[in-house]
Amino acid sequence: MSRTAPTPNRFGVALLAEWRKLTSTALWWVLGLGMAAYLAFMGAVLAFTFAAAPPSPDTPAITGVDAALAVLGTLNAIGYVFPLLVGTLLVTTEVRHRTLTQSLLVEPRRGVLLGAKLVVAASVGLLYGVLGVVGLLATSAPVLELAGDGIFLTDPAVLRVLGLGILVTGLWAVLGAAFGAVVPNQVAAIVAVLAFTQFVEPIARLGLAAVDSLSGVAAFLPGAAADSVVGASLFGEISGGGGDLLPGWAGALVLLAYAAVLTVVGRYTTFARDVA
Amino acid sequence: MDAPVLAVEALGKSFGPVRAVDDLTFEVQPGRVTGFLGPNGSGKTTTLRMLLGLVRPTDGRALVGGRPYDAHPVPGALVGAALEATGFHPGRTGLGHLTAYAPQVGVDRQRCREVLELVGLGPAGDRKVGGYSLGMRQRLGLATALLADPPALLLDEPANGLDPEGIVWLRGFLRHLAAEGRTVLVSSHVLAEVQHTVDDVVVIAKGRLVHASSLAELAALAGVSTYVETPDPAALSALCAERGWVSAPRDRGTQVDDVDAATVGAAAHAAGLELHQLTTRGADLEDVFLRLTGAAS
Repeated sequence: MSRTAPTPNRFGVALLAEWRKLTSTALWWVLGLGMAAYLAFMGAVLAFTFAAAPPSPDTPAITGVDAALAVLGTLNAIGYVFPLLVGTLLVTTEVRHRTLTQSLLVEPRRGVLLGAKLVVAASVGLLYGVLGVVGLLATSAPVLELAGDGIFLTDPAVLRVLGLGILVTGLWAVLGAAFGAVVPNQVAAIVAVLAFTQFVEPIARLGLAAVDSLSGVAAFLPGAAADSVVGASLFGEISGGGGDLLPGWAGALVLLAYAAVLTVVGRYTTFARDVA
Repeated sequence: MDAPVLAVEALGKSFGPVRAVDDLTFEVQPGRVTGFLGPNGSGKTTTLRMLLGLVRPTDGRALVGGRPYDAHPVPGALVGAALEATGFHPGRTGLGHLTAYAPQVGVDRQRCREVLELVGLGPAGDRKVGGYSLGMRQRLGLATALLADPPALLLDEPANGLDPEGIVWLRGFLRHLAAEGRTVLVSSHVLAEVQHTVDDVVVIAKGRLVHASSLAELAALAGVSTYVETPDPAALSALCAERGWVSAPRDRGTQVDDVDAATVGAAAHAAGLELHQLTTRGADLEDVFLRLTGAAS
């Protein structure tokens, strides 16, 4: 993105600097612990629901490996706001606390700075994915093992759902960083992330799914695209109103496309401006 | 020490309809402390930010060692800068702040500790910046600028928030850095603050250059005057009129402009005039500074 390609070393030191910026304040572990704790709670709730559900003639009981998949598939659907926020804050906190000046003094090539942030966002996103899995398993595994049919941790389908969930969590963090580059005002960015993920997209997915000619569009919303990477989960289907999803690979590409467009916009707006 | 010259050539910057910097040209030489002076809002900070590649000039160029700042391979190791309004994350420790920026100027944690000690923040380095006083933040900014032991230093209002001891220390420190051959540029809106530190002055007002010279040349602009007290002011007035000197009542006596004390004393002696005080008044640089910057507005 910069005029001349950065040397590997220049990008390397920028990565190290970004990692140190991230890990030298409390934000990253507070959000990470929050994600693990929240998923542990939801994992327990869902696992109890499946393990203790009384047989009903209306809805077939979810049992066996399906129950394990239904619980572990919620990593993305429930936890994605955490990586999105950490990615956004990775950029906006520099604007809020005016550390952007110092960051650009040591690396005036703004594309290098932004690129390093995206890579560090991906790394911390993947780490959050692992933390989320740990949180989910910490509660759902004992519940399903003791009261249900088991957690099936060695089942390829279960491993696949966990792996894809971690991958998508990494993508969310990249998307967050790219969004932060477009909306550098920290308060505005946080409000926008929360409003979009908690209200706008769920309503849009339901609304679009209700209109035949537009039902295909809903699949291209970021949350729907992320759901499609992990595969249709129970929670995804409830929150998605049962709309059609893209193939998994296409969902990942849609998320990457969002990140790419936001990155380019951020690079030529926020990261092109005078820093005064 | 191969220190770079800082050069500003026909530099201009407009923010919408506001002309913040206009046709500004000056050079800052190595081995000297240069004061960059002007009232608040005169375009100092914008000029410094253009030198550092943070603000893009509308016209002209700002060069470090003959090249734009961002054309240097490791610019942060060439020019150490402490700018006003540069922030610190309140939740980061002083040491954490320095170590975050250390990789890109090529220094290790050990050096971060060293510069903390150097600016007198040693024990405070492990505390969060949110609890720092203004003076401590100023010192941390200076520590950041010094990280890579750079041959050029660019400090924006570095005395702000420092206690008197800190200001005295800073003076000596900057003199020492310049004596080592480094290029040192210090901005201030108060000449008196840097008067005892700088060798050269660049004065701007309303974004335009109004004066650039050595401090001695600036002092010469102020001229000399002699303060005289006598029990017979009427005789003194007559004497001044006879010699064609400009005099005016001042304090409890008379000020005679552009004449030194020896000349006034000799004339009074020859005229048999009794004097109670006869003093050369030093150049009042602040007056000159206000005259220079005031004339532009």
